[in-house]
Amino acid sequence: MSDETQDNKHAPNVTRRRFLTALVTVSGAAVAGTIVVPMVKSLDPTAAAAALATTTIDLNPIEPGMQMVALWQEKPVIVVNRTPEMLATLDETAQKGLLKDPNCNVPQQPPYCKNKYRSRVPEWYVGIKICNHLCCIPHYRPKKASVAPWWLGGFHCPCHGSMYDLSARVIKGSPAPHNMAVPEYDIDVEKKSVVVTKMYPLAHLC
Amino acid sequence: MSFKEWFVKRSPLPEMWREHMAEYYAPKNFNIFYYAGSLLLLMVVLQFLSGFLVMAHYIPTARDAYDSVYGIMYDVHYGWLMQYMHVDGVSLIFILLYIHMARGMLYGSYRSPREIVWIIGYTTYLAFMAEAFFGYILPYSNLSYWAGTVITSLFKSIPFIGHWVTTLVRGGAGMSGDTLGRFTALHVTVVFLVIVGLIVFHILYLHKVGSNNPDGIEIKANKGPDGHPVDGIPFHPYYSVKDLFGFGVWLTIFAAIIFYAPTFHHIFLERTMSTPANPLKSLPDVTPPWYLSPFYAMLRAIPNKNGGIILMVVAVLFPFVLPWLDKNPVKSTRYRPITRIMLIIFFINFFVLAYLGEQPPLPKYFFPERLGAVIYVAFFVLLPLVSKFEPTRTPPARVRFRAH
Repeated sequence: MSDETQDNKHAPNVTRRRFLTALVTVSGAAVAGTIVVPMVKSLDPTAAAAALATTTIDLNPIEPGMQMVALWQEKPVIVVNRTPEMLATLDETAQKGLLKDPNCNVPQQPPYCKNKYRSRVPEWYVGIKICNHLCCIPHYRPKKASVAPWWLGGFHCPCHGSMYDLSARVIKGSPAPHNMAVPEYDIDVEKKSVVVTKMYPLAHLC
Repeated sequence: MSFKEWFVKRSPLPEMWREHMAEYYAPKNFNIFYYAGSLLLLMVVLQFLSGFLVMAHYIPTARDAYDSVYGIMYDVHYGWLMQYMHVDGVSLIFILLYIHMARGMLYGSYRSPREIVWIIGYTTYLAFMAEAFFGYILPYSNLSYWAGTVITSLFKSIPFIGHWVTTLVRGGAGMSGDTLGRFTALHVTVVFLVIVGLIVFHILYLHKVGSNNPDGIEIKANKGPDGHPVDGIPFHPYYSVKDLFGFGVWLTIFAAIIFYAPTFHHIFLERTMSTPANPLKSLPDVTPPWYLSPFYAMLRAIPNKNGGIILMVVAVLFPFVLPWLDKNPVKSTRYRPITRIMLIIFFINFFVLAYLGEQPPLPKYFFPERLGAVIYVAFFVLLPLVSKFEPTRTPPARVRFRAH
């Protein structure tokens, strides 16, 4: 073979090359996509983590006026057994105009908890004990005048002083914008147990 | 001034692009073996990605490591895919490394002026061995445990400080969670970074002296009026596009292995990987993965502990001096039939040794193992003599190439 034939250059067919380039680019992107999706998906919560999705809480040990905290999806869920006197304070806070959202219009709770008790059953408050401001854990302060002279009982956050009533409705003057979130749950009053099933998707945790 | 001009004035990238891609002239007669280098780069990137994703779910403790690997296989979304990519990727990297090195030996790519390219490349191969070994220990299966015990015991043969080194490597008297911790750290940081650094230098040193080719003649000796070798073509777009085609074919093979034969008949992933570590129960026979077993066969060939280790170390280190063992002025074995036959025997022998290293330690394998070790060493010992006196054919003035 002579050097001339080796170095002979043919004029390229530009249309054909453009078509081939586009074809390679598109199919290459498709191949890359098929592997990128599994790669990103592999960082999803694992099946083992998803299996821990629900928590069952036994209500038997919680006497009237008492509370208990259970861990659900790395978050504290508080259950309060409210006495009739405690339930009476809920009307009082609303009447005095202390609350930012007394009627729970912001969907911080499932529709079946959109009432002044923010619960399925008035006595049993079930909610996530995380302050709506910056994710701290508020203290449970049921005693009257324990936080301020006018205090009727509720939650008080140690970080930035957000205050909530006994239904975890936020009190005016708090840095927290909304009431504390209530997850979706089922309650069996006879068997005295609560099953926390999932986060209410519209609720803004913090 | 456009943004492009503004950027180009401040950026080293356009110059690097020209030097290593658009104006790097490579011989035009590369054959199929020249895909291995770019495929290795692709595989290292894929190992990095899949490794990062399995590391996200892996727990390096003696108690949880094994279960966390099973969690990746069953509980993590597409975890099986990431795991098999990472496990099968190792074997494919070693297949490519052996093709890449065999190519260099066939066409004399280790010869002057590319000795340093060869030495850096061979060091990268050794670093890959270490990386593979450390990765092998991480699932903490019974095979991991005993492979780790056997390999770390090798350090005991170092004179005087052997026991101290062994304890240092293991982080205790034997394999434990502490060993797992330091092997994890080595696997994901030091050894990986060393590999990446060596690859960068391998390419930089190659581009300084230029690529060899199947004919083993220097294309830089014959330059055209434009100052570029007449038998050279710019790496980009000619070889970048060719390598892209190679990527497509290779990824198809890779995907087929992952989807249809992820353990590859238990060659890529051994059966004994699927029982947890048990310090009280040794395996029936501890054999290394296929890519390390030729050296293991040589270790077993000598019925003396230190003698076997010395032979193995010598066998591993011999290729470093290869550039100085070859005395023939002709580089490519296309024009040196005797060396080519020797090389082919050497390659076959290497894979026979790999097979023997996987067999149980029975006396019937001792003779073939010793014969294999003799053939391996004989190649390096005979090469200086043969290369000096062998008859050669005259290489062509220009590379052999048929346009298509």
